[in-house]
Amino acid sequence: MAFIPNTDADRRDMLAAAGAESFEDLLTGIPKSARLDRELSIEPLSEQELMAEIEQVASRSQQLLSFAGGGVYDHFVPAAVNAVIGRPEFMTAYTPYQAEVAQGTLQIIYEFQSHICRLTGMEVANASMYDGASACAEAVLLAMASTKRQKLVLATSLSPLYRQVIRTYLGARQVDFDALDHVDGVIDVQRLADEVDEETAAVIVQQPNFFGRLEDVAAIEEVTHRVGAKLIMAVDPIAQAVLKTPGELGADIVVGEGQPLGLPLSFGGPLVGFFAIRKELIRRMPGRLAARSKDIDGKPGFVLTLQTREQHIRRDKATSNICTNQALCAAAVTVHLSLVGKSGLKKIALLSMERTQEIAAAIRDLDGFDLFYDAPFVRELVVRTPRPAAEVVAEGVRAGILPGIDLGRYYPSMTDALLVAATEKRTAADVERLHSFLQEMVGGPVVSRMQG
Amino acid sequence: MRDNRVIYEKAAEGRNGYGTPALQRSAEELLSILPVDARRTNDAALPEIDEPTVMRHFVNMSTTNHHIDKGFYPLGSCTMKYNPKRNDIAASHPGFANLHPLQPEETAQGALQIIFDLEALLCEVSGFGATSVQPVAGAQGEFTGLAIMRAWQNERGQGHRNKVIIPESAHGTNPATVTSMGFTVVQIKSNAEGLIDPDTVRAAMDDSVVGMMTTNPNTLGLFETHIEEIAKIVHDGGGLMYMDGANLNAHMGIFRPADIGFDMMHFNLHKTFTIPHGGGGPGAGAVGVTKELEKYLPAPRVTATTDGTYRFDYDRPHAIGRLHAYFGNFAHMVRAYAYIRTLGGRGLREVSENAVINANYLKAKLVEDYDLPHPQPCMHEFVISGNRQKKLGVKTADISKRLLDFGVHAPTNYFPLIVPEAMMIEPTETESKHTLDYFAQVMKQIAREAETNPDIVTSAPHDTPVRRMDEITAARQLDVAYLED
Repeated sequence: MAFIPNTDADRRDMLAAAGAESFEDLLTGIPKSARLDRELSIEPLSEQELMAEIEQVASRSQQLLSFAGGGVYDHFVPAAVNAVIGRPEFMTAYTPYQAEVAQGTLQIIYEFQSHICRLTGMEVANASMYDGASACAEAVLLAMASTKRQKLVLATSLSPLYRQVIRTYLGARQVDFDALDHVDGVIDVQRLADEVDEETAAVIVQQPNFFGRLEDVAAIEEVTHRVGAKLIMAVDPIAQAVLKTPGELGADIVVGEGQPLGLPLSFGGPLVGFFAIRKELIRRMPGRLAARSKDIDGKPGFVLTLQTREQHIRRDKATSNICTNQALCAAAVTVHLSLVGKSGLKKIALLSMERTQEIAAAIRDLDGFDLFYDAPFVRELVVRTPRPAAEVVAEGVRAGILPGIDLGRYYPSMTDALLVAATEKRTAADVERLHSFLQEMVGGPVVSRMQG
Repeated sequence: MRDNRVIYEKAAEGRNGYGTPALQRSAEELLSILPVDARRTNDAALPEIDEPTVMRHFVNMSTTNHHIDKGFYPLGSCTMKYNPKRNDIAASHPGFANLHPLQPEETAQGALQIIFDLEALLCEVSGFGATSVQPVAGAQGEFTGLAIMRAWQNERGQGHRNKVIIPESAHGTNPATVTSMGFTVVQIKSNAEGLIDPDTVRAAMDDSVVGMMTTNPNTLGLFETHIEEIAKIVHDGGGLMYMDGANLNAHMGIFRPADIGFDMMHFNLHKTFTIPHGGGGPGAGAVGVTKELEKYLPAPRVTATTDGTYRFDYDRPHAIGRLHAYFGNFAHMVRAYAYIRTLGGRGLREVSENAVINANYLKAKLVEDYDLPHPQPCMHEFVISGNRQKKLGVKTADISKRLLDFGVHAPTNYFPLIVPEAMMIEPTETESKHTLDYFAQVMKQIAREAETNPDIVTSAPHDTPVRRMDEITAARQLDVAYLED
């Protein structure tokens, strides 16, 4: 078999050396009743046959001109990113517990932590979490543990997917869950002030929120900290290039989805969550942490640190059960941010903004369509549709376009709302195609707004 | 000499590593759309570097790593084996890589088919009635399992139960997950043979117990001989049986967890089914359950329709919720699928047979120089003790570090906790007899060094990119981010 180097002759010698006459002799600890008496029913394929089958299965999916976001986004991935993370030295290495032979992995984690701190304005970031949603859930658990409080206020302007994961992560804990309905797509600060009290562990604010709207974080911060709760911010790393940092805004914990920074969509995974805090929470932080230090000869190097928070040391007293994280995805983010750098990231954000502005202009131009909220946005907005948004999506698919996400799936009262996003990967011509499609759908004449 | 600088030290204002398409409007005009108090005050202080320097930076860094394509990892319970390259090509097919998770399911049929078929393959391997590939790591699989136990107990009016029985040889994630769920751990001891004694379980079982979590074969590499009786005790006491599937590489086609009394298990797809470890992830931690428990699996579930199409079923009122914003680590599902389909049923059995033979062979080669607390035949891994060497002033940690000088990664050490100076060794089926002989020879040399020249072991490693790191200073003078330019 292709992945087993030993021959029958090797096996005979090895069994003899192990004092066994046959393989069966090695299974004496397994009662006969426990053994499987047949072969597993799976047909093998050669590499060539496998790849043909993969080709056939993959071709059952449709490539669409996409304006969908909602947490993950179709950004351009520079070639150097995959050239680096595709190297077996990064890809096939184990967790860097043996620092002496894992300096590459440790340094890349350290640089990831540094990039995330600089992007968010925070003091400490861990080596990554599974995704933005689980990072947000872990932030909630950290806030509850550090405040010793059991009440949570969850605004409906926070991603419904994040909210579902948070609920799951709370497990058997007795948590007082308050849902705070958004008003016009944002948190109503007065209503938030009425909800929070001395029992509230955390307030979570997504910026921009699930609707692409900007929350009044400064006012939310004041209300949150007034009652001694922790402020958790969930941020989009691209928008973060142009938005005030959570560090400046007074957030205690910052989480987000790193996928836009160098990872493909891959039907939603693997993704990579980032998790950043203020220093005072460091001993309760979940996940791995790499530090820069020196070896016994005084040579600079990197090593995992504060491992006494983690499951392999602390077992049932650990701050989280997380073990494996998303190291290779974090490496992709590190290479991406190193390459695009300060000016590149800002340009990606501005290009995404520019494209979204063009979408907004196209929408305003169309009869029957409108912007759901008349408010500033960065790279995502809600469109009011003349027909159910689900139908707009279905018709779009027939035309090879994914015009956005039907919000009725998550907000029953918003069946005429389409969440539309843009990245720098969409061109002005792509926006024009979206415009033409929507115009045709409502039966209007196809007049390019570019000519007007 | 290697350039140890971090990337910020290689940056300079005005350098540029990336060109974007041109903006039509000015940056100022675009930024003016945002309210002044929402705008970023200073640009994010990311480095400014050209692409050649970026490549050289990361490639040089990468060469300091040990990795499976380069050398041996005898890491117990981690199953560091060769990862076929075809898996990665399959996973990065544009028909998978470019799919948005929220695009309509009829436009993502290929992806749904992979999820559906992989879940069916995992059912065949494990014997369970249903699996969910949503959990993205073994630890999330464990969480899913406990959440299902909780839901099941709640539904039968046993919501007061809050304890989980765990043997002391368990992986650290097991007790950590119990705490994450809000339950408490009841730890039980193993007997002299390294196995769980049914009487110990009987004594621990009462109506506060949700269920039991155990690894099989256990972390000593031993099949839990009494597992069927133990499962009966737990079931009779109203609990459920969870199997930590970290050691699945030992028994594919040999025994199936569902057939021997387990109600659920997690798979570490990244261990058994050859997903590259990536320096610590991403992984994938599918969960298998009995048919009776299927309704609790995380939502959504992929179902097949009679016309050959697939759909997501979100209408799952009993589901424990969702662990992931979308469907899990999808690209890894493609990798696991590619691997299982490559091997087929017979190939999977050969994998386990060869993993077991390699482990027993290597054990026989080491027993002369190292203590072996549990001499019976092992499955895919075994645990030796450095007790003899410790008396000479050489600790297991030193032996582990000395191995690095010979181009071999350290074994999992000081685990399981029930063996002093433990070295837990799992060779896997993808290592040759030649590699095992080399490892055994190095281990023998280290044993001799411990007797004749212990300093060379206690001061190891000598030949690595850095030597032992000063972990105490690292923790005291924390430098976890480069923030000053």
